[in-house]
Amino acid sequence: MNAAPASPVYRMPHPLPLDSGQVLEGCEIAYETYGTLAPDKSNAVLVCHALTGDQYLASPHPITGKPGWWERMVGPGKPIDTDRHFVICANVIGSCMGSTGPASPAPDGAPYAMRFPVITIRDMVRGLVALLDGLGIERLHAVVGGSMGGMQALSLAANWPERASRVLVIASTARHSAQNIAFHEVGRQAIMADPAWNEGDYYAADAKPDNGLAVARMAAHITYLSEAGLTEKFGRRLQDRDAKGFGFDAEFQVESYLRYQGSGFTRRFDANSYLYITRAMDYFDIAEEHGGKLADAFAGTQARFCIVSFDTDWLYPTSESRHVVHALNAAGAKVSFVELSAPHGHDSFLLEHDQLDRVVKGFVE
Amino acid sequence: MSLRPDLAAIAAHVAPGSRVLDIGCGDGALMAELEAASGCDARGMELDGALVERCVSRGLSVVQGDANLDLAEYPDKAFDYAILSQTLQTATRPDLMLDELLRVGRRAFVSFPNFAHWRTRAALMFGGRMPVTRALPVSWYETQNIHHVTVEDFRDLARLKGARIERAWFFSNEKQIGAPAANWRAEFAVFELSR
Repeated sequence: MNAAPASPVYRMPHPLPLDSGQVLEGCEIAYETYGTLAPDKSNAVLVCHALTGDQYLASPHPITGKPGWWERMVGPGKPIDTDRHFVICANVIGSCMGSTGPASPAPDGAPYAMRFPVITIRDMVRGLVALLDGLGIERLHAVVGGSMGGMQALSLAANWPERASRVLVIASTARHSAQNIAFHEVGRQAIMADPAWNEGDYYAADAKPDNGLAVARMAAHITYLSEAGLTEKFGRRLQDRDAKGFGFDAEFQVESYLRYQGSGFTRRFDANSYLYITRAMDYFDIAEEHGGKLADAFAGTQARFCIVSFDTDWLYPTSESRHVVHALNAAGAKVSFVELSAPHGHDSFLLEHDQLDRVVKGFVE
Repeated sequence: MSLRPDLAAIAAHVAPGSRVLDIGCGDGALMAELEAASGCDARGMELDGALVERCVSRGLSVVQGDANLDLAEYPDKAFDYAILSQTLQTATRPDLMLDELLRVGRRAFVSFPNFAHWRTRAALMFGGRMPVTRALPVSWYETQNIHHVTVEDFRDLARLKGARIERAWFFSNEKQIGAPAANWRAEFAVFELSR
């Protein structure tokens, strides 16, 4: 959180207007770039990160030390080839890896905490567009995103149609469903039920709402995996024991795994950011922003679109991708769509998948 | 790249710069030809995900979808041409699909294997079994062709649907042949329709 990310930071010269009607003063965006920007600035690719992602797309994470979250996709000679493209990945506003969010100081010097305005996906994209302005990039060669990153890519295409020539949306949706909102609400309630949350005011305290945040992450993590994937990975196997212990330790491997995921997450993520970003996703409905008809959001677009779904993704299932594709067809947009087969549910977009690599490479090239 | 003869006939008669929807576009051979040689804006629809992936990775705009269902999502006259090659006979309702083709496209190209070709007739007449021929190489129990059609059946359907046959091409042994007795002589037929 405050572990001084090494990323460059762009400070906006103007207040950032938000969908709520509020504005963010002195808004900052932390970002990473890979590759070299062409003299005519025509080779920029913006990759948008997911809910708990960050700008460390293809370089090690400063807190966890783990490789970038999409290193297998982005780099020299990779499907998104940094020998050819200038790849930008920025931490979204509301997050906690150097961009302005609830942990950032408000104008009075104290952290915003719950005084941070509620933001939307479109606000996040507004921040990204401000960064592009700052970098002098008029038009992206491509905008790419999976999951919440895909929402940003769609939002950019709908609201700033002249800013990207290609739009690649993977395992995503144009609206959050009741089920999506429901899972997020479980996560938020877990955080807010943690006494250490303290109405969001915990930045100066010794204890942070790590227990609540870990439970939120555990619940969410289940939605990123498929039932078959969980069964294959864990089944009903026990963890470090031969027989059931008739207690409430993490006896099953799947419990142990989720607890590990939960606690690891708290080391790198701010609980209030989790509240704000999940809220932004729940508010997401591009059709609603454009008079109720999704096709109208993309009317007249000149961009080429590629929509990819995974057959075992039940968080943002293929039907949601098809919904987007139908709207794009109705708008006369150039669109490709493929449902890829993968056993790992929503998370498949982050994992090894040769077909995905070929689609991404072919489309972004 | 050499296109299949029916596709080559279609490619040769699509006006340059047209907007084209290729339904059942396979690996995108025709789309690629139309974009490269005629500057067309080509879109495709294909059921097989592996083929879609090949199309997308070669830079074509192809949607994985079922023509029986997903054509309905396209606006009227969204395309100058709707192309249905070797797919009509696999449709759940070829008559409704023809309607859809002529709704989304100003013109339509339809190609199909002619079930009344003399080899097919002979196989049925003398063999007494569902024909397995050069043009129809798959056994009855695993073929996707659920609505076999002849050249004359297709002319009847076009008439019934109020579609005008603008042009037709017939092929046997990979070569174009003349129209006389096409219902006997043609292994494959291509029709250009309008309404």
